[in-house]
This record gives sequence, structure tokens and C-alpha cells, in this order.
Amino acid sequence: MNRGPVRALIAVLVSLFLTLILLRATGAPPYESLAVIFDGAFGNPGRIADTLMAWAPLVLAAAGLVVTFAAGLWNIGVEGQVTAGAIAASWVARELPGPAYVLIPAMLLAGIAGGALWGLLAGWLKVKGNVNEIFGGLGLGFVALSFATFLVIGPWKREGVASTSGTDPFRPEAWLPTVGDTRLAPVAVLLAIAGIAAVAYSIRGTRFGLRLRAVGSNPASARLLGVPPQATLVRAFMVGGGMAGLAGAVIASGIQHKLVPAIAGGRGYLAILVVLLASFRAAWVAPVAVFFAAISTGAAQLQLQLDLDSSLGGVIQGILVLVFLLTGGLLTRWQSRKAAASG
Amino acid sequence: MGRTLATLVAAATPLIYAAVGEAITERSGIVNLSLDGSILLSAMSGFAIAYTTGSVAAGFVGAAVVAALVALLVAWSGISLKLNQIAVGFVLTLLCASLSSYLGTDFVRVPGPSVQPLPIPVLSEIPVIGQAFFGQNLSVYGALILTVVAAWFLARARRGLELRAVGERPEAAHARGIPVSRYRYLAAAVGGALVGVAGAAFSLDQKLGWSDGHTTGYGWIALAIVIFGGWQPLRVAFGCFLFGALQIVALRLQPVFPGLAQVLPTLPFPLMIISLVIVNAPGLRRLAAANPKWGRLLLPDPPAALGRNFTPE
Repeated sequence: MNRGPVRALIAVLVSLFLTLILLRATGAPPYESLAVIFDGAFGNPGRIADTLMAWAPLVLAAAGLVVTFAAGLWNIGVEGQVTAGAIAASWVARELPGPAYVLIPAMLLAGIAGGALWGLLAGWLKVKGNVNEIFGGLGLGFVALSFATFLVIGPWKREGVASTSGTDPFRPEAWLPTVGDTRLAPVAVLLAIAGIAAVAYSIRGTRFGLRLRAVGSNPASARLLGVPPQATLVRAFMVGGGMAGLAGAVIASGIQHKLVPAIAGGRGYLAILVVLLASFRAAWVAPVAVFFAAISTGAAQLQLQLDLDSSLGGVIQGILVLVFLLTGGLLTRWQSRKAAASG
Repeated sequence: MGRTLATLVAAATPLIYAAVGEAITERSGIVNLSLDGSILLSAMSGFAIAYTTGSVAAGFVGAAVVAALVALLVAWSGISLKLNQIAVGFVLTLLCASLSSYLGTDFVRVPGPSVQPLPIPVLSEIPVIGQAFFGQNLSVYGALILTVVAAWFLARARRGLELRAVGERPEAAHARGIPVSRYRYLAAAVGGALVGVAGAAFSLDQKLGWSDGHTTGYGWIALAIVIFGGWQPLRVAFGCFLFGALQIVALRLQPVFPGLAQVLPTLPFPLMIISLVIVNAPGLRRLAAANPKWGRLLLPDPPAALGRNFTPE
């Protein structure tokens, strides 16, 4: 019995209803607010470009999370892994001479390495230190944030006065090339598509994916079948962290063009919502992320046009995922009751 | 010395409410991961209610109700819907944080009411500890009393022992006629209400007022301190004092290292979570397992059924 579409439809309708109630209750024009968000995300080519640039790092971080979730891990440290990738990429942008075709690949690789290192640390804490990955990851996330702040106001501070608004911009060779006069960097979008496709393939079609899923569903029997759970978990953390780090490099090189303290900006946490709404499936990550990126981008217009706080975007995203989870639980309960009544 | 100690006790107060509340909830087997968001939402609601009504007490009550509802939502999704409590809790963390920003815009940086000081005569004159424990206000006294009562309840009271049985071995508790789900709902509501009080203790006392992301990070710290304190209220409160001390040290160090002014205040957060690593270090764990007598005391295990949904059948 396939109740996926039913569940999604119910969830969308219910959360739309709740959002409209919230808007009315807070004195905001309900339909106009939603129209402003939609227009802010897709209203002209420049805005579509911005939405795509929000989409790319979100998809990359979510792709990494699909890997760690497959192994049964709650990688809340993804936010720190994005930050670590951005720091590593910024370091390369500042230190490495040479033209763009050398510099940009080096930055992206550094981002992967930085994120993978941060993932590796969380993995070690988990398997060697027995620290729950939620808290190990959060701790490392705080460390990465503190380190980025330290760099921005300390060793990498702007000419003249130190400020938390960021470092000096990278030299132009370190900027991902853009199309026309929009902010769209095709490289970012292509990386995101390649990243999620690679994850979708490796989860379903490779030994690595098989091992991940074996450890994720039952570590004890995986061990009996000759899959080392600890090594597999650490590897999942490194791959997931590497993807998140690539997202960080894309943010640094394609969006910010400099290092700012909170460079991940909650995108890692948002990616967790994307994966929850995609029911942990790689194939659904890309479309779900379009929706999330559109709301995040469009919500910025709320402030300008209606004087509403842009956090409304986060409220809508949160309501949708919450209602989606609850709907799944309610449908399951309803079905098992029906089965019990008829059987 | 006396004044530093008083600052420390006051600074630890909101964390004590949140961490002891969460410890009670987790002892029943329910994980309410939403703390970082529900503290924000209740801090905002508590301030907004107190500002609008002019009553600090109403602010505290309103904040407690808001966070208790969030906790009950987590409990319901686990107990009745058999959903993953971590997933629901995490979504609620983000949703409540966004809601606090969206609903709180009118209250950003407006001056509002606060908890009035209420030193206890004679006792507050005791050197060194007098000011710290008896020269504060009702919010601080409440946290200290809560710690002692919660410790007694979980260690000695019959209901407390039943609550722990529900969190350790729900099947066995159910077989002995203990209403597992009722205990879990109650523990979630009480723990959640205390998390809400923590929010109000921030916005109406320790970190006066409201701003975007006013208490961000403290919910995660409270969750970490619950583990650090081994789910035991007295040790949890000790963890909160330790965190308060770290914060004070960081503040005192700021003039010494002016270049690190932005970084130092955030350091207690990673330090606290990294200390979990040491508490959980495998070498220490092996020693504890080899000497169960004091090992259990120093390095307690989590409630065995923590986060696991229970189906009576």
C-alpha cells in the first residue's frame, strides 16, 4: 500500500492551513505574504538565480546527511562540517597564488577535506569516545564557529579595524564564475546535482552503501556478516562531512566571497529538515530542497515589502516537516487500528 | 568572593531549571530534544506576557505552559504515534526558535518588568555563602529548592522510583501494574514546564528582555549537562554551577585577551560538551565497569529505555 503521496498531500494542506491561521492571527495579510515569498523566490531571473544558489549548498549538505542517516547516525554536527569546509576553502583562497582554474578546484577540495576532518572527529568521538554523535557534533560545531570567529577578528582580520562582518573579500580568481549579471554560479548547481546523484547511486548500488545500510539497520548482525560497524560509521561520517564541507566551500566561494563568522548560517540544520521531509531518500532530496531554498530566499522579501520578520520562512518550513512527521505517525496508527478491527 | 559566588549561583539558575526538568523527563524514558527552541519560545512568551500584563508571575506561568505543551507534543508523538522522539524534538527545536523570532518582533529590546530581589533576613548576612544562597530572588531560591526536591523525589519517593522503573524497564513496570504512558506524559509535562520556567528565568531575571536568538545555545548546554550530571539532580545542578563558573572566568579573561573578546564567551559551550568526551572516555568506563560499587556512582548509565517507545501488549 503506497500512502506516500496521500501523506504528502495531507501534510501540505494542513501546514498551509496552519500557516494561514498564524498569519491572520498575527495581523499579517495571509495570501499576500505567501505571494511575496513566491515572488521573492521566482519573480525574476535574478531571484531564480538566488534560489538556485541557496539550493546548491543545501542539496550538498543534505546529500551528506543521507549517507550518515543510512548508517543510523544523527549527524547534527553537519553545521560544523559546513563551517569547517568554508574555513578550509577560505584558507586556500587567501594563501594559494595562481589562476582561477587552479584556485577554485583547490578550494573545493580543501572544503571537502575540512568537512571530512570535522566528520572524522565526530566519528572518533562516537566510536572511540562513546560520545553520542548529537552532542559530539554540536560541540564540534561550536568549536568550528568559535574558530571562524577567531580567524575573522584575529589573524584574518580586515585591513584596519577588526570586525565580525567578515574578512576582506577573496581575490576575484577565487569567486565561482557567474552567468550574466545574476549571482548564479553554474559550477555550484552542477556540483550539487553530481553530489546527490553520486550518493543516490552509492547507497543503492555499491558495497559501501550496502554496508552502511546493514550497520544502520542492525549493527550486531552486520558484525556477524563481516561488516565492521565502527569502521563503517567513521567512513560514513567522513563521506557525509566531506559533502557538507563541499557545501561550505561553495558558500565561501560562490555566495559570500569571504569568510564570515556564522558562514554556515543554519544551512546544515535546514538540510536535516530537508532529509526528514525526503524520508531519508536521496531521490527526493533535490525537489524538497527546491521548496526549502525558495522559502528561505523568498522570505527575505517579507521584510522589505511587508515589514514582516523573515523568520516566517523558518516557521513555515518547521510546520511543514512537523506536520509531515505527525501525519505519517497518525496514518500508521489509523491503519494498524483498521487492520486490528478487521482481523 | 561572596559576590562572585552570588553571581555564579544566579547565572546557573535558568540552566538548573532546564537541566533538572529535562533529567526528570529523561528518567521516564522520553527525550525532549527541543530544549534549545522551547527555551527561546518560552523566554519570549514569558517576557511578552509579563510586559503586557505587568505581572512577572503571569510571565513565568505562561512560559511554563508554552514549553510544557511543546514537551507534551514530543511525548504524544513518541507514546501514541510511535515516532522517533529525536526527529520530532529536533524539528521542534528549529520551529520554536523561528516562532520566537517571528512572534517576538514587537518585544525586541523594550524595557520590561523583572523579578525583584528578596534577600532573606539574617541568613543573607552569613559570610561567603550568605549572599549567594540567601541574598537572591524567588527565581533563584526556586531553582535551589527544585534541585533538592527533585533529588529526593527520584531517589526516595515511591512515585519517583516508579518513574525510574518506567524509564529503565517499561515492560517490567507495566507487568507490575505501573501505568507507563501516564508516567511518561506527566514527566514530559513537568519537565517541559520547568524548561519553560528556565526561559522566563532568562528573560525576566538573568538575561533581561528579549532579542532575536536571546538564549540560543543554552538548551543544548542543558541537554549536555543532563548527561554530564548522570541524570541525578544534585550532580546536574553541580554541572550548571560549573558552567556558570566557566562563563564568569571567560568574562573575567576578556580584558586580559582583548583580541579574543568575541570568542571567549562562546568557549564554555564547546568545553562543556567536550567534557562529555572525558566523562565517557572508554578507559574510565572500563575502570567503572570493573569497580561497579563506585563506578556506578561516578559514571552512571543513561536510563535503559531512553528514547525507546513502549507498546504494552
